Amino acid sequence: MEGSLLTLAWVAIVGFAVFMYVLMDGFDLGIGILYPFAPSEEARDVMMNSVAPVWDFNETWLILGGAGLFAAFPIAYAVVLPAMYLPLLLMLIALVFRGVAFEFRFKARSSRHLWNKAFFLGSLLATFAQGVVLGSFIQGIEVEGRNFAGTMLDWLTPFSLFCGVALIAGYALLGSTWLIWRTIGILQDWCFRVARRLLVVVLVLVTAVSLWTPFLDASIAARWFSVPNILLLSPVPLMVGFLAFGLWRALDEGREVLPFAFAMGLFALSYLGLAISLWPVLIPPGITVWQAAAPPETQVFLLIGMAFLIPTILIYTAYSYWVFRGKVTGAIGYH
Amino acid sequence: MDLDPLLLSRIQFAFVISFHILFPSFTVGLACWIAVLEARWLITGKALYRSLSEFWTRIFAISFGMGVVSGIVMTYQFGTNWSRWSDIVGNVLGPLIQYEVVTAFFLEAAFLGILLFGRDRVPRGIHFLAAVLVATGTVLSSFWILSANSWMHTPAGAELRDGRFFVTDWWAVVFNPSFPYRLAHMLTAMFLTTGFVVAGISAFYLLRNRFLDHARVGLSMSLALITILAPLQIFLGDLHGLNTLEHQPAKIAAMEGHWEGGARAPLILFAIPDNEAETNHAEIAIPALSSLILTHEWDGVVPGLKNFPVADRPNPEILFWTFRIMVGIGMVMLAVALIHLVQRVRGKLYSPHWFHKVLVGCMPLGFIAILAGWFTTEIGRQPWVVYGMIRTADAVTPALTGGAVLTSLIVFMVVYAIIYGAGTYYLFRLLTIGPSRLNDEDLEIPAVAQGHQPKRPLSVPGESIEPAE
Repeated sequence: MEGSLLTLAWVAIVGFAVFMYVLMDGFDLGIGILYPFAPSEEARDVMMNSVAPVWDFNETWLILGGAGLFAAFPIAYAVVLPAMYLPLLLMLIALVFRGVAFEFRFKARSSRHLWNKAFFLGSLLATFAQGVVLGSFIQGIEVEGRNFAGTMLDWLTPFSLFCGVALIAGYALLGSTWLIWRTIGILQDWCFRVARRLLVVVLVLVTAVSLWTPFLDASIAARWFSVPNILLLSPVPLMVGFLAFGLWRALDEGREVLPFAFAMGLFALSYLGLAISLWPVLIPPGITVWQAAAPPETQVFLLIGMAFLIPTILIYTAYSYWVFRGKVTGAIGYH
Repeated sequence: MDLDPLLLSRIQFAFVISFHILFPSFTVGLACWIAVLEARWLITGKALYRSLSEFWTRIFAISFGMGVVSGIVMTYQFGTNWSRWSDIVGNVLGPLIQYEVVTAFFLEAAFLGILLFGRDRVPRGIHFLAAVLVATGTVLSSFWILSANSWMHTPAGAELRDGRFFVTDWWAVVFNPSFPYRLAHMLTAMFLTTGFVVAGISAFYLLRNRFLDHARVGLSMSLALITILAPLQIFLGDLHGLNTLEHQPAKIAAMEGHWEGGARAPLILFAIPDNEAETNHAEIAIPALSSLILTHEWDGVVPGLKNFPVADRPNPEILFWTFRIMVGIGMVMLAVALIHLVQRVRGKLYSPHWFHKVLVGCMPLGFIAILAGWFTTEIGRQPWVVYGMIRTADAVTPALTGGAVLTSLIVFMVVYAIIYGAGTYYLFRLLTIGPSRLNDEDLEIPAVAQGHQPKRPLSVPGESIEPAE
């Protein structure tokens, strides 16, 4: 099965689903993280309105990533999920609170402040848990046979906690640039200021994670720092610098759409960097995508459907975003 | 105290899935009902249908939201607590669940946004189409998840090699032997559940003398649906039972409370099954009727639990009763359908209060029947996770500790109690507030400016449903 094109296609599909999730739920989780710091209650209404028609859809990518892993790389699903038992529990609970807060907040009056808190804490903790899962995944999972063989607390390390914090800053940056695009006035001005500070924080944290990662595993260090790789791969960090500079300039010039595009670009590069570090390993340190792949009959059965369905999904996603295009303005109807 | 991760994982699974199933049970039927109302609004242009549709859409949004978040928990639990199961069946069931996500979940999520917030942003036809697509999504979702579940009852089209399943025939996997029966039985159950909720709410409004036009439409349509589906469901249930007899005879023996089995088996109406003594206490039975029902012959031979090794028997102490609760509710539903026919023929559908009170009381029946039915079929599958091939005990995550599962179980119980407590409270508030009064003339006024339109699930324009302090 080594080197099979089918497996490559599935790596691409699952990788795409996870990336879409990170981008799309990233900005709406980021809005939740910024939520309590917003300049006014009206601004909070606008922030929530700006994602209300799409958040549910964004979260569906998380299920696609999970289900895709289960279908195309069942062993990865069977090994990674038990290893992350407690952080995943935290993430699920946080997403439950956050999801219903969308729905309940506008129904509530005397208890509204509670749903505000649920929305903020849910977004914050879900993001933190995702960062922790990412970090503990990079540092490796103990496997015996086809099973997770570690303990329930293996995930808990300084590195994984640090990744949790870094992701909070990253999502907040995405959220603030999304709001720059979709809002006007006081809220937008506030987001311009916040985005600039977040950009600095994100750059520091991403650099720290990038320098820390090679120390976790000698093969990752070799991947990046051996000759000629160091030359071939140097465009990745250079591009990060370029995009960060571009984002800074765009914020300075008061551009509305570019900051969000650059912030997404930064996420794409970080994601690419991670893929370069790990490839072709699917479950660090030892299980490759080739070993984890489902048999061809399973891959083909699914691929036939995906070939039609993923483009269809993208078309109606685009349609749905187009229907709700334009600036989200004040919440006049509520006061 | 030793905490058993297997037992705790089973309790946790039963807990989260029982909560989850309540929402799809209601929203699948509701999505279809909304699509029908939107169609009537599109065709007739009567404001009544639009306001009724908007009312039920608000109810739908809150229930759907809770269904989605409890559904995400399910997806991840397969991997966290049942990792052996994930590895063993992943090649077979992974694709079915993946197809559910890409055919159903995205469709629902994308068009729900347009259904809820897009009325003034898209043409009428597109808005109606969004309602139809949301309904289609919910039905497709049932299709795939029931196919996957049925495969675990009646595995087909795959072979076990080196401890894992490999597919030989996808058609046989998807359309495995129990799937058509389970799908038909479950979809009908879901429509009945929605029908009884709509009938109950409409009857409630009639009793309170409020929203009379809305209530009459709701009552008439839902009772018509119930009258068709209640007898059909008994027929489908019988077919499903015969299919189970063919493929899972031990389950039937436990449901019927039969220990010995054999010819001219009695239909046991009441009994207290006892696993230790391998017998029933306080049994009341009708001779030979069970043989007649199951084999359609007085002398038909039916299975008894003693035909199976003790280690392979499901637990009759639970199944005997969950099955009777489900069947009993089916009979009550049939009675409601018949009373409705009599009232309609007499032209008194909207007048006698006693019948409306009965309908209000019947609102939870569909939910209870669905839970009882699922307990019957799932506990009846034990001790197997994939019937006859993989035991539940071999499906649990090996590295899992009792402490971790106990933690998650307690957290889920507390969180669900808070969330669903609040959700139920808001649902009741919505029901008390009722549909908004739209008149045909109101709709002549051009759409309100965009900035005034609420863009969030569940929102009644410009109002909060909680009483002001």
